[in-house]
Amino acid sequence: MPKDGGIGASTLRREDIRFLTGKGRYTADISLRGQAHACFLRSEVAHGRIRSIDTSAAEEMPGVLAVLTGEDFTEVGGNPTGWLVQSRNGATMKEPKRPVLAHGKVRHVGDAYAMVVAETYEQAKDACEAIEADIEELPAIVDMAQAVADSSNRVHDEIEDNVVFDWGWIEENRAAVDAAFETAPHVTTLELVNNRLSPNAMEPRASIGDFDSGTGDYKLYTTSQNPHLTRLLISAFVMGIPENKLTVIAPDVGGGFGSKIYHYGEEAAVLAASKRLNRPVKWVCDRSEAFLSDAHGRDHVTKIQLATDREGNFLALRTETLANMGAYLSNFATCTPTFLHGTLMAGPYRTPLVYVNVKAVLTNTVPVDAYRGAGRPEATYSLERVIDKAADELGIDPWEIRRRNFIDPGAFPYTTPVGLVYDTGNYHATMDKLRELSDVAGFEARAEESRQRGKLRGFGLSTWIEACGIAPSNLVGVLGCRVGLYDAATIRVNATGNISVLVGAHSHGQGHETVFAQLIAEKLGVDANSVEIVHGDTSKIPFGMGTYGSRSLAVCGSAMMKAADKIIDKGKKIAAHMLEAAEGDIEFTDGSFSVAGTDRQKSFAEIAFSAYVPHNYPLETLEPGLEETAFYDPANFTYPAGAYGCEVEVDPETGGVDIVRFTCADDFGNVINPMIVQGQVHGGVAQGIGQALLEGVVYNEDGQLLTGSYMDYAMPRADDVPSFTVDHSCVTPCTHNPLGAKGCGEAGAIGTPPAVVNAVVDALRRAGHDHITHIDMPLTPSRVWTAMQG
Amino acid sequence: MKVTMTVNGRPMSAETEGRTLLSSFLREGLGLTGTHVGCDTTQCGACTVHVDGEPVKSCTVLAQDVAGKSVTTIEGMANKDGSLSVIQQAFQDHHGLQCGFCTPGMVMISAALLNEKPNPTEEEVRHYLKGNICRCTGYHNIVKAVMAAAGADSRKLAAE
Repeated sequence: MPKDGGIGASTLRREDIRFLTGKGRYTADISLRGQAHACFLRSEVAHGRIRSIDTSAAEEMPGVLAVLTGEDFTEVGGNPTGWLVQSRNGATMKEPKRPVLAHGKVRHVGDAYAMVVAETYEQAKDACEAIEADIEELPAIVDMAQAVADSSNRVHDEIEDNVVFDWGWIEENRAAVDAAFETAPHVTTLELVNNRLSPNAMEPRASIGDFDSGTGDYKLYTTSQNPHLTRLLISAFVMGIPENKLTVIAPDVGGGFGSKIYHYGEEAAVLAASKRLNRPVKWVCDRSEAFLSDAHGRDHVTKIQLATDREGNFLALRTETLANMGAYLSNFATCTPTFLHGTLMAGPYRTPLVYVNVKAVLTNTVPVDAYRGAGRPEATYSLERVIDKAADELGIDPWEIRRRNFIDPGAFPYTTPVGLVYDTGNYHATMDKLRELSDVAGFEARAEESRQRGKLRGFGLSTWIEACGIAPSNLVGVLGCRVGLYDAATIRVNATGNISVLVGAHSHGQGHETVFAQLIAEKLGVDANSVEIVHGDTSKIPFGMGTYGSRSLAVCGSAMMKAADKIIDKGKKIAAHMLEAAEGDIEFTDGSFSVAGTDRQKSFAEIAFSAYVPHNYPLETLEPGLEETAFYDPANFTYPAGAYGCEVEVDPETGGVDIVRFTCADDFGNVINPMIVQGQVHGGVAQGIGQALLEGVVYNEDGQLLTGSYMDYAMPRADDVPSFTVDHSCVTPCTHNPLGAKGCGEAGAIGTPPAVVNAVVDALRRAGHDHITHIDMPLTPSRVWTAMQG
Repeated sequence: MKVTMTVNGRPMSAETEGRTLLSSFLREGLGLTGTHVGCDTTQCGACTVHVDGEPVKSCTVLAQDVAGKSVTTIEGMANKDGSLSVIQQAFQDHHGLQCGFCTPGMVMISAALLNEKPNPTEEEVRHYLKGNICRCTGYHNIVKAVMAAAGADSRKLAAE
């Protein structure tokens, strides 16, 4: 049994106390003295040319302090894409400018083109309605196929076919893949849509700009998953504010799921307004605005083909995808459908030949970017759906066809045909575990019992693998990434022996304050309660890249381990001096430094005290103090994997789907806090169920968002999901980071959608609906019922 | 206008406009920012408080309509000595929260459920909580926490 507060213990979360008592401090909870309030005026049309904006009436409204438009930001830069992807013909992708406020044109419903700052939010909102904008409405570009086909209508005038890039992965393999299809004994083809989702962190975005005219310093409080990245983008690309004059603080953040990775124009706008007014300016997004302006996720239209022999051995795989970018390129929009999607198309399988083609298409819709899983759910869904279809066509059991094609546990490290090297894994083990937990033997009896109640029961299987803990900076640099992807930690041992750990990762639900303290407590042999985790404030923490892509533990946790090693090394030098022994004879165990083979020792607290009160200290060779920083740049991605099983009951009268059992068997490598890992899986699975059954962003042909509130966008609610069975007992530790950790944050959202859809298709086919081979998500009652009618 | 009500046992007042919502009154008027606003259509439940003992979504009630009534918010839920109440403690014990944003509403609605029905089934818990959205937990551990607070054996839920 692990010790509470150490590695492996389900230590209760310390952050819960403030969240459970109403003492959390989210951006919207912060009120600065003298703050004014901002409201943004957003386009009501999907596509239009701005002829003029008359703000004079608005400026005269009660309480109004300033009205800003795109004209006020023509001197500053644009919000860049973080990843330049090359087309398969070698051309660099096209990058349209994304201004702080729309200028010249509005490009999606919700595109902000003016901002009012007033004494109160209500006054600002009222004044927005007094702005008179003359906007010439242009035909909306909504459908991706049409956007590509009709070059006369352009989202950005300079991008003629609305295509940002046409990417081939790996282009050199294309001919061999095509040749394999020519001769393959069997080819399974599936066309599918990976539905557009709205991330919907429960805390809407919010930002407060606070300019200090005395010092010239800017401070931005904002809902961010990565305050340093936000600072970098504002400093280097958008506003030109030197980094040492801009502090970005992401306090308690109420969920992100990707949507708060990105820099948004509102952040720059409140900073500019604060400088102009010499007052803090606060903006809090409402949910309606969030649907119209938070980056959406997914939205792929894919054709996937799997070539097999008659025994179901995979021979080759190829896909063609149109990936919706929306109206502008959000910061990581371009890497999501490419390097986080194409590189995963091998899955956990030995498929020798794989080719992926992705065209990134601009449309008059909200920008699309990474959402929990980011590219990997899209890859997994396509793959696991086509495998089920192939299994059915070939008359092979879905478990068996997967088993037949898994990478052998002895084959690691394994180089895939899509550019990754899996360091370790055991896909047989997780699928066997799933089979054991799913009570496969009892299925027929349960199905019969369902039949007696008039319900159709089905089982769906999916396996998944993810590349996370992204990634070696030099590798991503070659691939077009404009930033590094290391993380950083500073361990500051204070004079009386307690410890502050300043980390680059950001917690917005992941429980870092607890888990990271467990890591340090175990490593340094101290009480977890003496360790405080500091995050979210660029003026305190070292430059880290924040939290997304299931990276916090694998990358920032590894930086913490490196920093702790430095602390121990220095502690040994201090101890050697104090104990009058050779440094090489000092051992560090359970929080104490001792001379090997003797009972002479110094506690961690004594060493810390000596470092800060260096009376008996090797000052001639060693600096005082006990504080170390480490940056950790991963040697490779990490590759968590697993197998998910879903059992559904379909009501043939209504097409309604009930999820009656859901089981996960995952390999996350080494786990620090099982309670938190299980919670991450629960949440991911619920989001996956949401995608599969409930959620979908819908635009009409005019580009109007039809799913702009919780009345129309179906979020999973407590009675839409079952209790889950989750297991992470299969462990193949990551081989290249010091924790052996792989990451668990996105697993549920990746593995779940294909398991659910496979289950529904299975239920319908078992009931004799042989014509049904696929239904596009979300599998609403109407879609399922319609499919059943043939 | 000045609106007065009893909040967490103490009479409190603040100047408001006629259109001020109870959620804004609590957050901006009284500085009780534990009540969160997660939507603008009365759908998410993050703003749930109790008015005279009944759960109410405070983003849909005008502050002036609550004048003179008794309101309990998340700030009033702990025991008198400051320790977590049974329901709050159950949320911590069972990891019933992650980002914490929906949590105040979840605690308030769960407390209302247990007032109304001290021993609910899992199905009844899920049904009662369906007006409160959580994006992090998948509800599994919230349901478990509520069952545990009700004195039920939460191990009856799916094994982990």
